[in-house]
Amino acid sequence: MPPSFALSAAGNVALAWGGVLFWLCLGFAALFLQRARGLNDLIFPLGALGALFMAGVGIAGVLGTPTAIVLPIGLPDLPFHLRLDPLSGFFLTLLGGAAFGVTLVAWGYFRSLESGPLALIALWYHLFLAGMATVLLADDAYAFMVAWEVMALSSYFLVTSAHDQPEIRRAGFLYLLIAHVGAVALLLCFGVLQGGAGDYTFNSMRLAETTPYWASVAYLLALFGFGAKAGLVPLHVWLPEAHPAAPSPVSALMSGVMLKTAIYGLLRVTFDLLNIQLAWWGTLALALGLISALYGVIFAAVQSDMKRLLAWSSIENIGVILAGFGLTLIFHTDGKGALAALALTATLYHALNHAFFKGLLFTGAGAVLHTTGERNMDKLGGLMRVMPWTAWLTLIGALAIAGLPPLNGFVSEWLLLQAFLFTPGLNQPYLNMLIPVATAAVALAAALAAYVMVKFFGVTFLGVTRSGVVAQAHEAGCRERIGMIWLAAGCVLLGLFPAQVIGWLAPVARQLTGHTLPNDGNWLLLAPLDAERASYAPLLFLAVVAATLLLVFVWVRRVYHGHVRHAAPWDCGYPEQDARMQDTAEGFGQPIRHIFSAFMGVEREEPDPFDRQPRHSSATLDQIWFFVYLPIARLSNWISAQFGRLQHGSIQWYLIYSFATLIFLLVFVTG
Amino acid sequence: MALTYHLQVVNLLAALLLLISFAMLSQRRIVNLVTLFAWQGAALSASTAIVAWSTGQHHLYWSAGLTLLLKVIVMPWFFYRLVRQLDVNRDVEAMLNIPTTMLIGIALVIFAFNLALPISQMSGTVTRSTLGIAMACVLLAFLMMITRRKAITQVIGFLAMENSLFFAATSATYGMPLVVEMGVALDVLVGVFVLGIFFFQIRETFDSLDLRHMEKLKER
Repeated sequence: MPPSFALSAAGNVALAWGGVLFWLCLGFAALFLQRARGLNDLIFPLGALGALFMAGVGIAGVLGTPTAIVLPIGLPDLPFHLRLDPLSGFFLTLLGGAAFGVTLVAWGYFRSLESGPLALIALWYHLFLAGMATVLLADDAYAFMVAWEVMALSSYFLVTSAHDQPEIRRAGFLYLLIAHVGAVALLLCFGVLQGGAGDYTFNSMRLAETTPYWASVAYLLALFGFGAKAGLVPLHVWLPEAHPAAPSPVSALMSGVMLKTAIYGLLRVTFDLLNIQLAWWGTLALALGLISALYGVIFAAVQSDMKRLLAWSSIENIGVILAGFGLTLIFHTDGKGALAALALTATLYHALNHAFFKGLLFTGAGAVLHTTGERNMDKLGGLMRVMPWTAWLTLIGALAIAGLPPLNGFVSEWLLLQAFLFTPGLNQPYLNMLIPVATAAVALAAALAAYVMVKFFGVTFLGVTRSGVVAQAHEAGCRERIGMIWLAAGCVLLGLFPAQVIGWLAPVARQLTGHTLPNDGNWLLLAPLDAERASYAPLLFLAVVAATLLLVFVWVRRVYHGHVRHAAPWDCGYPEQDARMQDTAEGFGQPIRHIFSAFMGVEREEPDPFDRQPRHSSATLDQIWFFVYLPIARLSNWISAQFGRLQHGSIQWYLIYSFATLIFLLVFVTG
Repeated sequence: MALTYHLQVVNLLAALLLLISFAMLSQRRIVNLVTLFAWQGAALSASTAIVAWSTGQHHLYWSAGLTLLLKVIVMPWFFYRLVRQLDVNRDVEAMLNIPTTMLIGIALVIFAFNLALPISQMSGTVTRSTLGIAMACVLLAFLMMITRRKAITQVIGFLAMENSLFFAATSATYGMPLVVEMGVALDVLVGVFVLGIFFFQIRETFDSLDLRHMEKLKER
């Protein structure tokens, strides 16, 4: 590796740690200097610059050699080990790139807050960023868990920033609970990984020889722990609750970046820390990922709440990413290194894309929410005329997440499908038969994601205004617009220059799978394995699309326009058209609700025929909540109640407990 | 031989301690209970002094003196005053009837002797054979705390347990270091005064020192 990429003497990792410290200083400066006027206009832009710096360090980290430092902080004899290798560098780039745009949006979004709450939000926000960055840099389990908890707690406080509302407190509690159940699993996982050596640095874990049995235990614990953070079905229930509760820039960060830290952790544990990988791990991850993807997208299709829809869509995307991860594992254990590199590249690419387009969509939804105060799409509509900037930028995000070329979503999904199509070469006959089904599932999820986005964009921004809230709506401020333009530009550029991005990703693929994609250096044409078999030229595609559009535009304007006849004799049955006649979010989701009714509980309330003010309502319920979570909650309540019986209030009984314990211990000692 | 003679006196005092423990277990009136507690302290003090004299462990004299001062003079006097002020010198209601309690006590003594057998074989002190008795006294005092309903009897039971532990320490290892013993003695003294204040508070709140009223304090 060329040493020129090391930007400082101690290496890139020192620079990255400097960025973390910078964020920490900003957060505490916001807290202690909250009386200073105009502070908001200083803290958030500086935070955004820090994010940009982090992205730069991350890019250098991918290209450079791994660097590590040991920091003498924390408990005695337990210093923080930090390391920046290509994998960390990639995710650091993702963090910095998405956080730059989102922080600019946050700058405008939180402007109207009073100084006290604003200072707290600025503190938690920058702690959140610093925590996520430290998770990516940590090189021992202790530093990792500390950073992981900082990330979880600061995001909890961000989610519950409007804690005067009970449902937001409830959402925050659910988030905190699942985050901690996951953290416990991770703690156990690291306990297994250190293999009895008692040394919790990642370096010693890399050297530890684990048996297949214990490696599987560690992998399952990691899958559970990181799955809880990523929102893997059935651990996803906090996402649709926490995202609507959180302020929009926070949702954007949580969905775009924080979920990816879980993917990072899973990759780190599986490919880096464990010395063996087993084939069935990949099959399991693939199955869970596909279930998450389909489950998420189906539920996204039936939501009326913008942010809830986007949260479900995040579950879908995490599912796709996890399916890619599983496929990577399958290829890797099957000895197909180049294919594993392809699947891994697709997975990472999709993670990066998701950070950009989901950040863009959440900030777009946030701009709408900020100005209308309404999350329910059935009360919105026609916003494109009022807020054209937001609408067009959100459209770019929607097209990207729907997987349409020439935007970035298409590239990663195409790469992933390519990887799936190469599976017939596998040595496992059962997998060979099942993978086509999985391919179909991924394709179905991608198609339904497009459906979801048509619904999201169409109902919110197009059509006729549905309620009065839209009348007072105004365009998002210039700060939000700059942030969104950055994110949209990310979506476009990642879509137009995939060959460059994939070339940049090569060190990550080499680090994890030992192989890279054959990069033929053709910057125009993306051909993952073999140009004969499949290739994609985004710029060419863009040129054709643009040319077609121009041609149609000119045709309609110049040639056809003059022949339009204005007449309204019959109006096609719409003599009086009003807002209630257009398709609603509920109505748009109806076919999906009908087709997939087996997966979801639908609660309908039909009006009585004689009711003077008839009301019809229907709610879609997540069955997992009723079949998994409520029984567990009831069971733990029951167990607690049984233990509650121990409390008599009678001192005699308490003495008897001690007495029995004493006798038991004495017998135990002598026996 | 002088040692065996002293040893026999210590054994006698140990038997006395056990007897007093049984007497406390069967005693229904609080004033008599306090008297028995004072006698227990006296026996303990005497046995500690004899052990000190026979083995030449001089710090044990201090322990014996401290026991005499606190457990035979100060605390019984304090309890007599407390009983008078609180006017609680009636029959103490027991949770179990006395004969049943005695039978359980006998079972505990047998258990304690069995328990102490291997331990006293390991111990190198001259007084090791009394370890079983000391443990039996601990368990009996515990049993007294369990079976009585009045707050004062609980405290006396607690102090009797402390006496027995002290005796166990003396017989197994010639007592703890003096600093520890003085600390324990001070703790016990302060504890008794604090509990004395609590008695008044409990009576003020519940109009009685009966612990059954405190069951209201539990959740739900």
